[in-house]
Amino acid sequence: MSLDLRIPMGMMFTLVGAILAAFGFATRGSAIYAASLGINANFWWGLVLLVFGLTMLQLGRRGQKRLASLPPEPVDETRSRLGH
Amino acid sequence: MLNLTSVDWLIMLLYFVFVLGIGFALKRYMKTSKDFFQAGRALPAWICGLAFISANLGAQEVIGMGASGAKYGLETAHFYGIGAIPAMIFVGIFMMPFYYGSKARSVPEFLRMRFDEKTRALNACSFAVMTVFSSGISMYAMARLIQALHVFDGLFYTLGWPQQGIFTFSIVLSAIIVLAYIFLGGLTSAIYNEVLQFFLIIAGFLPLVLLGLKNIGGWSGLKASVPMAYMHEWKGVAHASTNPMGIEIIGLGMGLGFVLGSGYWCTDFLVIQTAMASKNMESARRVPLIAAVPKIFFPFLVILPGLLAIGLPTPHTKTVERNINGMIVRDTTVVPQNVEEGRGLVPAKINPVTGKPMYMADGQPLLDYDMATPNMLLHFFPTGILGLGLTALLASFMSGMAGNVTAFNTVFTYDLYQSYIHKGGSDRHYMAVGRWATVGGILLSIGTAYAAINFNNIMDTLQLVFSFVNAPLFATFLLGMFWKRATGHGAFAGLIAGTGAAMLHHGLTLPIEANPGIHGGWLTVVHHYPSDMAQNFWGAIFAFGTNFIVTVVVSLATKAKPESELVGLVHSLTPKPPRAHDVWWKSPEAFAIAVLLMAVALNIFFY
Repeated sequence: MSLDLRIPMGMMFTLVGAILAAFGFATRGSAIYAASLGINANFWWGLVLLVFGLTMLQLGRRGQKRLASLPPEPVDETRSRLGH
Repeated sequence: MLNLTSVDWLIMLLYFVFVLGIGFALKRYMKTSKDFFQAGRALPAWICGLAFISANLGAQEVIGMGASGAKYGLETAHFYGIGAIPAMIFVGIFMMPFYYGSKARSVPEFLRMRFDEKTRALNACSFAVMTVFSSGISMYAMARLIQALHVFDGLFYTLGWPQQGIFTFSIVLSAIIVLAYIFLGGLTSAIYNEVLQFFLIIAGFLPLVLLGLKNIGGWSGLKASVPMAYMHEWKGVAHASTNPMGIEIIGLGMGLGFVLGSGYWCTDFLVIQTAMASKNMESARRVPLIAAVPKIFFPFLVILPGLLAIGLPTPHTKTVERNINGMIVRDTTVVPQNVEEGRGLVPAKINPVTGKPMYMADGQPLLDYDMATPNMLLHFFPTGILGLGLTALLASFMSGMAGNVTAFNTVFTYDLYQSYIHKGGSDRHYMAVGRWATVGGILLSIGTAYAAINFNNIMDTLQLVFSFVNAPLFATFLLGMFWKRATGHGAFAGLIAGTGAAMLHHGLTLPIEANPGIHGGWLTVVHHYPSDMAQNFWGAIFAFGTNFIVTVVVSLATKAKPESELVGLVHSLTPKPPRAHDVWWKSPEAFAIAVLLMAVALNIFFY
């Protein structure tokens, strides 16, 4: 399968994280954070998701680069190793 | 009550765009029916592993485990520690070599190879019916929750649409999205979206648990605010009267661990299909083991919110008087009666006819435990992250549906259509049939969801029927894979007898404080159980035992298949899978032992 899931997943979490963090930053000190015990849940959790998303994206890109430089691997590994 | 702003909608929309985007991106890889139904058998183990638990992480899991955590406390974690993890290890180490190695395309097809046509037909038919109904139940539960949380109320108000349309809108929206991505990308698409949803659940629920724990004063604060018995997983389990679930150790270990847990994780094509989609035998065996690792930690994510909801203080109507520059301002927070009557954040159930809270026989309010987790989301999350939490909840409902739908289209196409309706068609033809089976399956699910509105009991009845069909299954697979003498006639007779035994047991027993009828005792009551959970576990034990005995007896009286036909299907006749790894600690067996030790450590911690 040549669509590496980590790339769309990384993109989604990067976007969601960025939106949350930006919204959290814009609303810092707002009364809405009374619910989350005075913690700016949007900003901090947004940052966490942003880091997660970017990591996934990076891993996915690296995986694809490696895949491009390697010859296609046999699908059924166990069978290919039977000859050893 | 619920005030969603554009950030919340943006996050929800973004998720839907990605879900559909993945479907469209995968469309061009769907060339053969193998690509569509089996994801080409080419996915990496970690993706299949996360999809393996995610397929089960539907509505029943996320809402139900929270509800159970609020009702029974940490004892709920037994569903993981006893129910899931040993079974996941067992299926990975011992059963996957036969599922994957037999090259069967579905679990019913495996039954045909091992036993005979009629056993397969029985399993395929009952499985196809159950998946359709399950996804219908998931849809219904989602639409009800959306209504209860007033998610779309504001949107409907702004657009000037009638509020009664919310139920239909929720069902149609989820149906279209699930249909679109499966129609386009088949099993790969379902698996990819299950993985996406896995991470989304963590993203949505981890901050909830952290905030809840902080509010209640950490672990020690939680201990102080709930009854002692709620915080122990094992203490008091020796006797039914000393633990909240009312189950003793034998019923728990045998019923949940050996029969129900194994029956689900080891035989249900809904989860097995993800493992069968991986790229080689080694990966396929590793899939359930990879899945077991996050599963060990899932109690923190899904059970704890319910426990926290019970432990937090109950909101009451109160008036705060403030003096602003000599002007006295009174702020009154009005709390509905059913919330005030509840415990913690778990409200009392409202009678849909009178609109008043409902009470039990002893005058205590009847609690609506299903609202425990959703109420935690509303309580702690400000707008923004609230959108993320709700999206996670919706995602869990949709992936629960999607798993059922892909299992349905595969079993329908391969085990019913190709076997009994139209043999020898082209591969393109079967792929088209699979796509249209997806449409049909979803339409039938919608029908079930609407039937559930009109017939109050339909959900309970269906769950009950499923339990009758599922309880004996594990015995058939166990005997089939590990006893070469087991025959097709034996398996078929055993399955029927096991289901009959489950029904008979249910008809003759009743949990205390229940009336005969849907809860049991519809023949006559010969035994009372301390709880419905105990009745459930013991029913499974009887069904399993009956199936086991009948299969053995009938097998011995009938002619077995020649051994040459059973190679790759039965343990003693199958050569050991070749070792594809160089060092012992990379083997699935070593991995399994590590997972087991981790699970034991966690159980000791929660003793």
